[in-house]
Amino acid sequence: MAVRVVEHNVVVFRRLWRGYIMVSFFTPLFFLASMGLGLGSLVNRGSGGVGGVPYIDYLAPGLLAATTMQAAAFECMYPILAKILWDRIYDAMLATRLSVRDVIAGEVAWVALRMLMVATIFWVVMAAFGVAHTFESLLVIPAAALNGLAFATPIMAFTATQRNDNAFSTIFRFVITPLYLLGGAFFPISSLPGALQAVAWATPLAHGVELCRGLVLGDLVPAQAVLHLTVLLAYAIAGVVFVRPLLTKRLLK
Amino acid sequence: MSVRTLRIPTRSVRMIERNAMAFRRNWMVIFSGFVEPVLYLLGIGFGIGSLVRTIPIGDGHTVSYAVFVAPALMASSAMNGAIYESTFNLFYKLRYARTFEAVISTPVGVEDATLGEVMWAIGRGSLYSVGFVIVMLALGLVASPWAILAVPASILVGFAFAALGAALTTFVRQWQDLDIIQLALQPMFLFSATFFPVTVYPPALRLLVEWTPLYRGIDLVRGLTTGGVGPGLLGDVAYLAVMGLIGVTIAALRLRSRLLK
Repeated sequence: MAVRVVEHNVVVFRRLWRGYIMVSFFTPLFFLASMGLGLGSLVNRGSGGVGGVPYIDYLAPGLLAATTMQAAAFECMYPILAKILWDRIYDAMLATRLSVRDVIAGEVAWVALRMLMVATIFWVVMAAFGVAHTFESLLVIPAAALNGLAFATPIMAFTATQRNDNAFSTIFRFVITPLYLLGGAFFPISSLPGALQAVAWATPLAHGVELCRGLVLGDLVPAQAVLHLTVLLAYAIAGVVFVRPLLTKRLLK
Repeated sequence: MSVRTLRIPTRSVRMIERNAMAFRRNWMVIFSGFVEPVLYLLGIGFGIGSLVRTIPIGDGHTVSYAVFVAPALMASSAMNGAIYESTFNLFYKLRYARTFEAVISTPVGVEDATLGEVMWAIGRGSLYSVGFVIVMLALGLVASPWAILAVPASILVGFAFAALGAALTTFVRQWQDLDIIQLALQPMFLFSATFFPVTVYPPALRLLVEWTPLYRGIDLVRGLTTGGVGPGLLGDVAYLAVMGLIGVTIAALRLRSRLLK
C-alpha cells in the first residue's frame, strides 16, 4: 500500500518538477564552476590540489554528498510538516486503508527516489566537468542517496514532534549549513581542530563524503567502505525506528 | 496631485518603527542570518584558505586567503540581508498582509513607506556587516585603517540591493517569481570575485563580471579592508549610489500608481 503514498508525491511533483530540476542542475553547475574551477585554480597553485588530485576532483563527490544531505533535510521538514499539520494529507490518507506504517514506508521510498534524482543530475554535471570518468563512478548515485536517507529519517522523526516550523531554520543554520561547509566536502576534516574532527566523524556526512569520494576517485578501501556504509545505514534505520512511534502518536490520538 | 509625481518622504521613520515592532518576537530570525557568512569565513576562508595560502592583490603585495575572502563575505552579507528583506518580506506585506494599504490610510504616504522599507532592509543588511566586521577584527583579518569605512561602504551596498529588490518586487506576481531572483543571486554570490580574483577569468568574462553590482560592492569593501585604496573605489561608490537611487525611485513610482488608483 505504501506505493500509493509514493504515487501521491509523484502527482504533486509533476506540477513542480521544472523548478526542482532547475535547482538540482544549476546549483552544482555554479558551485563546481566557482569553487571547483575558479577557487580550485588557486588551490592547485597553492598546494598542488588535495591528496594528489586536482581540487575539483576532490570537491565534486564531497559536494554531491553535502547536496543530498541538504535536499533530504529540506524534504523531511516543511513538506512533511505540511502533510501532518497544515494540509492534513496524512489524516486523509489514514481515513483510507493506509496505515501509519504505509505512510512512513511510502515517504521514505519517495525521499530515496528524490535523492536518486538529485544525485543523478549531479553526476551528469560532474561528468560534464570531466570528474566522474569511470563506469564505477555511477555507484556514487546510490551512495549519495543513502547519505541523504541517513539524514532524512532522523529528521522525519524530529518533524513528527513539531507544532510549527520555527525549529527548521535553526536546524538549517546550526546543523546543516555548518556540516555543508565544514563537514569534509570542501577541505579535509583533518584540518579541523581536534574536538571538531570527532564531532564531524560522528555525523553521517563525513562517512557519506568519504564513500562518495572513494567511489569517484576509485581509491576506496573495502574495509573503510564497509564502515561508512554501516554508519549511514545505522542512522537511516535508527531514524525509521524513532519515526514509527512518534508519527503514530501524532496521527492516531 | 498626479499619481506620477513623488512627494519628498518625511515620515519614513514610522515605517521602520512599525517593522521593528512587528519583529519584536521574531528577532532570532534576523539574528541567526549572521551565522551563515561566519561559517563561510571559517570553512572557505580558513579551511580552503590553508590549501590556497596567499593571494596577490592589486599593487603587487600578497595577503592570506582569509584576508582576501572576508571583505567579500562582508559585502555579500549586506546584500543578502537587504535583498531578502526587500523581496520576500516586502512581497508578503504587499500581497498578503496588505500592510501598505493600512499604512497609507494614515498620514504616512507611499513614498514614506517605500523609503522606510528600503531603510529597514538596509538596517538588516548593516546589522550583518557590522557583526561581521567585528568577527574580522577579532580574527585579525583587517589589514588597513581604511577598514573603518568598510561599514558605511556595506551600508551603501545594502542600499543598492535593498532598492533593487524593492523595485523588482513591484513586478513580482507570485512566489515563484521570487525564486528567479534567488536563482540570479546565487551565481552573483559565487562569481563576483568573492572567492577568487577576476584575473582567473578570460578577458571578456572578466569585463562582464566587473559590471555586476555585487562585484562593485566587493571591490569597494575589499579595497578598504586590505588597504588597496585608489580612485577606482569612487567609481564603485558612484555605481552603487546610482543603482540605489534608480531602484528606490522606480519602486516608489510603481507602488504609487498601484496603490493610489
